Amino acid sequence: MSAVSSAAMLEAEKLRGGLSRRKLLDKAFVVIGLSIMLGCLAILAVLFIDLVRDGAPRFGWDFLTNFASRRATSAGILAAWVGTSLIMLVTAVCAVPIGVMAAIYLEEYAPKNWFTAIVEINVTNLAGVPSIVYGLLALGLLVHQFDLGQSILAAGLTLALLILPIVIVATRESIRSVPNAIREAAYGLGATRWEVTKDHVLPYSTGGILTGMILGLSRAIGETAPIITIGALSFIAFLPDSPIKSEFPFVSFQWLHDPFTAMPIQMFNWVSRPDQAFQANAAAAGAILLCMTLAMNGVAIFIRYRFRKKINW
Amino acid sequence: MRDRVVEILLLASGLVAVFTTLAIVGVLLFESGGFFEHVTLKEFFTDTMWTPLFADAHYGIMPLVAGTLTTTVVALVVAVPLGTTIAIYLSEFAPHNVRETVKPILELLGAVPTVVYGYFALTMVTPLLQYFMPELPGFNMLSAGLVIGLMIVPYISSVSEDAMRAVPRYMREGSYAMGATRLQTALRVVVPGAFSGLAAAFILGISRAVGETMVVAIAAGMQPNLTFDPREPAATITAYIVQVSLGDLAHGSIGYQSIFAAGLVLMAITLMFNVIGFGLTRKFREAY
Amino acid sequence: MQRTTEAPSAVRATRPAEETALSKESPANAKSTSGAPRISIAVDDTRQVRTLNVKAAVDNVNFYYGEHRALKNLTIPIADRQVTALIGPSGCGKSTFLRCFNRMHDLQPGTRYEGSITLHPDNLNLIGPGVDPIEVRMRIGMVFQKPNPFPKSIFENVAYGLRLRGLRNRATLAEEVEKALRGAALWDEAKDRLQDSALALSGGQMQRLCIARALATKPEILLFDEPTSALDPIATAKIEELISTLRDQVTVLIVTHNMQQAARVSDYTAFMYIGELIEFDEAAKIFTNPSKKATEDYITGRYG
Repeated sequence: MSAVSSAAMLEAEKLRGGLSRRKLLDKAFVVIGLSIMLGCLAILAVLFIDLVRDGAPRFGWDFLTNFASRRATSAGILAAWVGTSLIMLVTAVCAVPIGVMAAIYLEEYAPKNWFTAIVEINVTNLAGVPSIVYGLLALGLLVHQFDLGQSILAAGLTLALLILPIVIVATRESIRSVPNAIREAAYGLGATRWEVTKDHVLPYSTGGILTGMILGLSRAIGETAPIITIGALSFIAFLPDSPIKSEFPFVSFQWLHDPFTAMPIQMFNWVSRPDQAFQANAAAAGAILLCMTLAMNGVAIFIRYRFRKKINW
Repeated sequence: MRDRVVEILLLASGLVAVFTTLAIVGVLLFESGGFFEHVTLKEFFTDTMWTPLFADAHYGIMPLVAGTLTTTVVALVVAVPLGTTIAIYLSEFAPHNVRETVKPILELLGAVPTVVYGYFALTMVTPLLQYFMPELPGFNMLSAGLVIGLMIVPYISSVSEDAMRAVPRYMREGSYAMGATRLQTALRVVVPGAFSGLAAAFILGISRAVGETMVVAIAAGMQPNLTFDPREPAATITAYIVQVSLGDLAHGSIGYQSIFAAGLVLMAITLMFNVIGFGLTRKFREAY
Repeated sequence: MQRTTEAPSAVRATRPAEETALSKESPANAKSTSGAPRISIAVDDTRQVRTLNVKAAVDNVNFYYGEHRALKNLTIPIADRQVTALIGPSGCGKSTFLRCFNRMHDLQPGTRYEGSITLHPDNLNLIGPGVDPIEVRMRIGMVFQKPNPFPKSIFENVAYGLRLRGLRNRATLAEEVEKALRGAALWDEAKDRLQDSALALSGGQMQRLCIARALATKPEILLFDEPTSALDPIATAKIEELISTLRDQVTVLIVTHNMQQAARVSDYTAFMYIGELIEFDEAAKIFTNPSKKATEDYITGRYG
């Protein structure tokens, strides 16, 4: 009798022995997983601190208001940040409406057929095309065939094509999260497809669309390769033509056709100089660029978080 | 009537994507057509030197392909284990609030401009590596590859995590009910169950690494060099395109056309990986 | 409707008045060991008192999802090598109760157990705070509502639990897998396709594979959570037949919403309603002459 139960005890004891080893492995994995994750985040922090430290001697008002120069200490990023801002303006104006409309088409209008399938495959595929290939497209088509030259317009359009898939995918996802019951309710009241989209689907998915737009622009702002490919000059000691004029019609679009430089190009130019003094400029420009992208991503995360909290289907 | 106009506008926007693809293929084919009038396919694929801008011009793409493959392999050696481990941790171990906090922060790693990563590779990773390998040259594929790997970690971890979370709960319960630990369930049931998704993540990661430009252009040097030794400097396909673009080449010259030929090869490689990758993603979405 | 909140009076721990064939020990002996106590069911004075060997004693169990109390003061003996069925309308907590036995609730945060489920012979409290849920699950198998074989070969599915325990010897594995498949009446159908994917099997075969998977590690109790609700009648009949034969080797606890099934397969039946135990008795008694009005209403199909 007691032999039986002690045998059972022994069996249980054996189970526990193997188990403690397995549980140890389990705990070890948690430690490994956590440390890898924290390690990656630490690298991000190191990267940022390194840029700030290396660039520290350059930070100052002069850095923002000076043009590039042959002397590292007096070189600044005025042309670069103005160029980047204008390019982003063109990119946003082109990519956002087209991206949102394409997404609406795919989600709300497109019939299920081979044609729609082709459009969808195209969008997913474009998201995987290396950015430098967009640069080649722009060089061959925009710069030479359409004769836009190495202008702000050409750069803005290039980056717009580049982020189009990002905007489309993000918009589609947020449109898809609007429940069908809402659409049916509106249709039930006699709304047309466009009215349903405009009055219900779009307002409810604003958060996702905004997030996609900001993420797309944050990608575009750091893109270097495609605009190098279209042949952007990196030594520019003048600003593009002012968009606002003192005479009639007060607005000018001449700036679209001006040559430019941009933040990442300026940084690349400084990094690739053998003179060590320019590394500090590169780091300072990099820190500012990184701040811009991180800030944009932060805003995107915040918006996503806010909208998710606000609307609870 | 207005609805009709709206629909046509929307459709036209959708077509932009199609036209972009067609334009990419068209431009690449058209411009490299001129290139292949001068260079035979045999020379293109078998010559071991790539010097289109020199007096003694050679047009063998292989050195660029070798550079691209080497940096990609280094990147994957970093990104696949790290990305997969993070994905397993986030999907199977991390409490809900940890996952929701860490994921967006991790994605910032993928949002850092690549030119900044290039700076990081050149001024921080390479000196660090030289500390351990004193004979390592200032430009090398190793440091570029390592940094690219870091860059694609969040990409691989997020696609893998999606795939693992698509493995249904009843599958995990079956394993837990047998007395499996979390790790055993993750490795023996979830990972095999999400296999096609993981493969898709890796392949899409490869395609990212192949197309990465600025890190290699800055940190790996720009001399085409037929070698698979990551400690050596070399040019990738992308770095070559950047290098030529930095110079002032006449439109229509063979040097100008050569970047389109290189771009065509790049596009073919990434397209191949993307098609396989997306095919696999669709498979894991359908599996359950 | 009248419901009891106190422990059902029908179940009372007493010294056995009569030994069944299952135990040959004297009462004195039984008391001196940590072995299973015996519990008799005295339903009413006219019935002969029968005793049962207890594999697991559920004592005053409460279970909480956060603040919600899903199980209320459950006290039930689970008979050794017998089939005990849990019945009741959906939402009555029968599956929740079943999942306490192998601590599946521990996988969700914010769940809490109270009371004890004492597993004999070693008096392990399955839901005790210091007890490792993984150890519990290694001793108590489970078969789910939806057949859930792993996306592996038939062989690997059955070998899974053994491999978890570190068994690597191929010959032993093969032997144990065959035993388990025979035990689950699947050997004849599967022996020529052991390396095929388990997902190629029919629903009924998959469920028997899951039973084999659970049997391979020789569990002390086997939990069935509505094992036939996703199967056709023929597959269901096979599973029921299998469960009847299993009682020779393992204690079975089965949740079912199908009363005919409970009547066909179980030796003891517990009727639950909104987290409480209404009545526990021999199956024959419950289905022919229940003591409680609520039980009778449910069995005769008046609700649920």
